[in-house]
Amino acid sequence: MLAPGGIGAKNFWSLLSEGRTATRGITFFDPSAFRSRVAAEVDFDPYLQGLSPQEIRRMDRAAQFAVVTAREALADSGLDLGGFDPHRTGVTIGSAVGATTGLDDEYRVVSDDGRLDLVDHTYAPQHLYNYFVPSSFSAEVAWAVGAEGPAAVVSTGCTSGIDSVGHAVDLIREGTADIMITGATDAPISPITMACFDAIKATTPRNDDPEHASRPFDGTRNGFVLGEGSAAFVLEELDSARRRGAHIYAEIAGYASRCNAFHMTGLRPDGREMAEAITVALGEARMNPEAVDYINAHGSGTKQNDRHETAAFKLSLGDHAYRRPVSSIKSMVGHSLGAIGSIEIAASVLAMENHVVPPTANLHTPDPECDLDYVPLTAREHRTDTVLTVGSGFGGFQSAMVLARPDRSVS
Amino acid sequence: MSERKFTFDALKRILREGAGADEGVDLDGDILDADFEELGYESLALLETGGRIEREYGISLDDDIFTDHRTPRALVAAVNELLKDNTVSAA
Amino acid sequence: MSTSTRTVITGIGVATPSGLGIDDFWAATRVGKNAIGRVTHFDPTSYPSRLAGEIRHFAAEELLPSRLIPQTDRMTRLALVAADWAFADAGIKPGDIPEFDMGVVTASTSGGFEFGQNELKKLWSQGSQYVSAYQSFAWFYAVNSGQISIRNGMRGPSGVVVSDHAGGLDAIAQARRQIRKGSKVIFSGGFDASICTWGWVAQIAGGRMSTSDDPDRAFLPFDADADGYVPGEGGALLVLEDELTARERGARTVYGEIAGYGSTFDPKPGSGREPGLRRAIEVALADAGVETGEVDVVFADAAGTPRLDREEADAINAVFGRHGVPVTAPKTMTGRLYSGAAPVDVVSAVLAIREGLIPPTVNVEPSPEYGIDLVTAQPRSASVRTALVLARGHGGYNSAVVVRAVD
Repeated sequence: MLAPGGIGAKNFWSLLSEGRTATRGITFFDPSAFRSRVAAEVDFDPYLQGLSPQEIRRMDRAAQFAVVTAREALADSGLDLGGFDPHRTGVTIGSAVGATTGLDDEYRVVSDDGRLDLVDHTYAPQHLYNYFVPSSFSAEVAWAVGAEGPAAVVSTGCTSGIDSVGHAVDLIREGTADIMITGATDAPISPITMACFDAIKATTPRNDDPEHASRPFDGTRNGFVLGEGSAAFVLEELDSARRRGAHIYAEIAGYASRCNAFHMTGLRPDGREMAEAITVALGEARMNPEAVDYINAHGSGTKQNDRHETAAFKLSLGDHAYRRPVSSIKSMVGHSLGAIGSIEIAASVLAMENHVVPPTANLHTPDPECDLDYVPLTAREHRTDTVLTVGSGFGGFQSAMVLARPDRSVS
Repeated sequence: MSERKFTFDALKRILREGAGADEGVDLDGDILDADFEELGYESLALLETGGRIEREYGISLDDDIFTDHRTPRALVAAVNELLKDNTVSAA
Repeated sequence: MSTSTRTVITGIGVATPSGLGIDDFWAATRVGKNAIGRVTHFDPTSYPSRLAGEIRHFAAEELLPSRLIPQTDRMTRLALVAADWAFADAGIKPGDIPEFDMGVVTASTSGGFEFGQNELKKLWSQGSQYVSAYQSFAWFYAVNSGQISIRNGMRGPSGVVVSDHAGGLDAIAQARRQIRKGSKVIFSGGFDASICTWGWVAQIAGGRMSTSDDPDRAFLPFDADADGYVPGEGGALLVLEDELTARERGARTVYGEIAGYGSTFDPKPGSGREPGLRRAIEVALADAGVETGEVDVVFADAAGTPRLDREEADAINAVFGRHGVPVTAPKTMTGRLYSGAAPVDVVSAVLAIREGLIPPTVNVEPSPEYGIDLVTAQPRSASVRTALVLARGHGGYNSAVVVRAVD
């Protein structure tokens, strides 16, 4: 886990369970020219995280994140000491925008700050190719963990972090791999990203109160807060994990993804494609809507999203949507694009471990059209055996995943 | 710059450059009072159009400019109001 | 939900330097017409590499609504037009198939790099307020799947994979998974078009591009003079369906079956262990239930650098024996099309099956030390029932697909 507000799963969970926020004024560059000047940055020192100078030089920050979290996940699984077949171990890493920060930096150099049309190759470092092609991320992770099975980056915009894990599950289920190192990463806090979201007024201009700038489901919300980070998981077949006595965090019981075929950035207010993804994912998990204990929402903090998603929950879960807690951790850690889906899977797993549902921070006056139980401000003790987590992304992608405690009583 | 006026022709040019035109819509036809939405311009196209007007005329448009002014005639008038007020750009 | 039905190809949209549309493409490919030339998209004089496979006569403005032009990179325009052609070729109209049963899975290597360059230029030379509203998606890797799904009302499972040049096959495999899970029609393939100065510099940085100025002696896989690759632009989209759906709706053409797939990643450099390509081939053959003797042709990845050519020849020979199977690389005519390369090779494979003709590898004098039966200079008449397509990506990606005739 690498998330704003703390490195490692423990710090991440204390932030969420205490309802603190990690959104602040941008420090990575001078943001004064931008409409939105708030972000959720990760306090990350690659040297302290054990990366070598060579690795740091050739990897974009997002790739560094992925390698660090993959190593942490492998060590946590107990598989790091060997005992797995590299040929039967694969890697999928989600990322929406790849090495966008590295590309932004290198472009300035080779173009002399945009002055040259014929950009100058003599100023390009060798690792520019790794930025050009984000499959360098999954390559780095495969090297770091010693995987030689199928490897790929999954890049479906802001649902990448769910779809990457869903893809990994498919590979295990079909028998292609025994173990998958999966998850997602993004480190998009750069001038080009801020500028492109400024242009569509998607990020919040609440620059005078950065700590309370991400306000999903609140009537005063006016855009999301850009974040960054990474989460990685080790997936294996349930029986084999039991046989080797592994600590099993959760079972991935169902997953589905649909497209809205509507708009590259817009959402249909009725939420029917997300509802379809939820219904199919629940079907795969063989669960009724009533079996969902907690809904981990996309909750980006745009009016359009909050209403779309609320409609989708009602459409797919019926009245049950009113009876279960729904919350958005983006209120605390911001929206890290392709990474956030995996970070939210991690939050969902920790909610099941602790039987505590993280809150939606900064939710004081709910949007009247958002009338579910969004767990405002403070975390709540709540028996959580199953979680539905969803994502919604540019390009129209809508994804849903159902997670369950492996020891849950079958409903 | 202070004497600049935003014309209907300028709006049509900016729409074409920034967002194209829907098939079946003739921007040179009688569209002054047509809704932007009817003309096939959704939120993204209007954001791009607004951004281009802001840059070209050195003004800053309200976030709600296209919800408050839904037709070419209303938008042209609103932008000209701003140009009158803002002899010096507030951007 | 899951069915044991076969995944078949029932439609093709292809756009490469060799031709736009199946007929143009195959007319040039079957006879080995070289489409590599000096870069015209920009002045390449100041760069160490100056050749490319460019698509010369693509008039996006005439083929797509003007609403789509300002918001799309060249690779997306190519993909959208290819999707239109693929629909027409398959005889499917949007609306014929239930919307949730139709999806798009594409591969991308570098996204809309030219679009990104233009916006980066505006950002740094003029200021952040000059960046386009479309930059938020027009350059990113998921844009082709998104735009194709929107234009054609495809609401089913979709996806995007990035695994450099191997991605095109990985996308096809993911499409096949979705069909096995119950989707009726999935469009799959890949497009890239990064022949812009910023993309050029990034590709030069990779260190594997040819520096030759002779279009006939620049991209020479398995040749003793091999010294790098020539980049190209374009790709292909395939209409994949489960065989039952195709038969029920009376599909015009069933080009072939995606019969098998295998994918591996090379050991970390310096480990001294065998690269992963041989395993990928073996996994794909086993997945298809095909014996080595049944494979009639191999469409090679054909990297064009001695080490990678050596690795590929070793893998092919380890599976099939020296000179054990005809090998060809029609991409010598177009340059490497990144994520589009392998889907284009799948198209060539099914057209080779249809015509009974293996398209040639152009310009190459095969070096005997590789020990492969490379189809050079002239196309070769052959009964082709089963073809193996190989694709590899920077860093160690290996993928293999078995394409088989359907009676």
